[in-house]
Amino acid sequence: MPKVTYRQPDGAERTIDVPIGWSLMEAAIQNNIEGIIAECGGGCACATCHVYVADIAKLPPIADMEGDMLECTAAERQANSRLSCQLKMSADMDGLVVLIPARQT
Amino acid sequence: MIGAGQAGQQICDSLRRGGYEDGLVMIGDEPCLPYQRPPLSKKFLTGTLDAERLYLRPASYYEKQNVELRLDVRVERIERTTRSLYLSSGETLAYAGLALATGTRVRPLDVPGAADAEIHYIRSLADGQRLAARLAQVKRIAVIGGGFIGLEVAAIARELGKDVVLIEAFDRLMARAVAPPVSAFYAELHRAFGVEVLLSTGVTAIRASGAAYTVVSTGGEYTVDLVVVGIGVLPNSEVAEQAGLACRNGIVVDEYARTSDPLIVAAGDCTWHMNGFLHRELRLESVQNAVDQAKSAAASLLGQTSVYCQVPWFWSDQYDVKLQIAGIGMPHDDAVVRGEPATRAFSVFYFRAGVLVGVDALNRPAEHMAARRLLAQGTALSATQAADSGCDLMALARA
Repeated sequence: MPKVTYRQPDGAERTIDVPIGWSLMEAAIQNNIEGIIAECGGGCACATCHVYVADIAKLPPIADMEGDMLECTAAERQANSRLSCQLKMSADMDGLVVLIPARQT
Repeated sequence: MIGAGQAGQQICDSLRRGGYEDGLVMIGDEPCLPYQRPPLSKKFLTGTLDAERLYLRPASYYEKQNVELRLDVRVERIERTTRSLYLSSGETLAYAGLALATGTRVRPLDVPGAADAEIHYIRSLADGQRLAARLAQVKRIAVIGGGFIGLEVAAIARELGKDVVLIEAFDRLMARAVAPPVSAFYAELHRAFGVEVLLSTGVTAIRASGAAYTVVSTGGEYTVDLVVVGIGVLPNSEVAEQAGLACRNGIVVDEYARTSDPLIVAAGDCTWHMNGFLHRELRLESVQNAVDQAKSAAASLLGQTSVYCQVPWFWSDQYDVKLQIAGIGMPHDDAVVRGEPATRAFSVFYFRAGVLVGVDALNRPAEHMAARRLLAQGTALSATQAADSGCDLMALARA
């Protein structure tokens, strides 16, 4: 199974298996990864599953809805900001490293 | 902790985060771990999502946090004088503090023949699983109730290729939550996707006709394979009421989520609460309310005071339109449309006595988020500014 590493703001890391088709948000929640809240449960409605992705070349492009929500994240939007609920795991994303921001609300 | 839904889970989480280290028991009347309800009327019905993906936390979370789960069991009675809970399993549990997050149950359709027909309601995971399985087998469905649940089901059923008739008693859709321009937009949207939308139409009976059912209404008879009913919910406040706690269309709590008993708090859909943001009492059915009120409830149990004072927000997914509601726009004395409804991306700003009280954003997520900030800060916004698409709301919110 492809793997994703979640890095906390303090540098602590955990690498987990993510089933193909699951979102990086779901995988984080189901593995007790701290710092991803996902209040709306993956509906792209709340912007509380914000992450920074080290290797954005591996990711699908940002859809309009996600782009607009990213304008409203609690931690500053950066060029590599994404909403983890919108990132569906694919084989190409194996080895991805995501950084969790200091705050989501 | 009575109730294992969104609010119950949040109370547990907040208690542990708040440093509470003693015993924590969560009692739920469903057999599964706490899960998200919103997808049950949305994507879950397509049958492509496994139930485990709805869990708010995995099983390992409860072990790690030392939360003892008592599932598939009901609390029959709260005995406040002895601080005891009597469970349907025959057990008795003692408590030092108690949180009620009992949620709601569906309002049943009460017409002749309803008891014998195949009627689906959506509240529990089991309801969603049953309906998802049946939707895969049938061709024609009737949806009774043009609120969020009914409309979301209608949209999914159309996406699955079913024939759908939607019957609403009131003269417009989602009348409790949105203004007429939004209702009109949704009626047109559903009709464009092929739903037969009947407004101002009452259902008078349901009759079996062979393997199918005929829905008898004031607008004619419709023969379908199954009926989905979404006509609202009722708060589960009986156990609180029987224990002598104040109840009024829900369990009455103050802005700190405290009931009339200092040892007992309540949160979520089941509460009739003083809302610090709205400055009035009401009951809210939403994830936001469950989560934010639960945080106040946990604080109260920990002997702290954390006022529940958050901007309410809601969302609904229907076809390719995401509706995001901020604040409570009803009632209002002015509603201003921003953008062009024909583009399927516009917002409606609601004013009461010249003050912004709510915003419905349709496929306008940035305006929704800006609206939440404007409402939370109490930033002044005029109707003219709201209607002017050139006025940068986020800039105003950040100013």
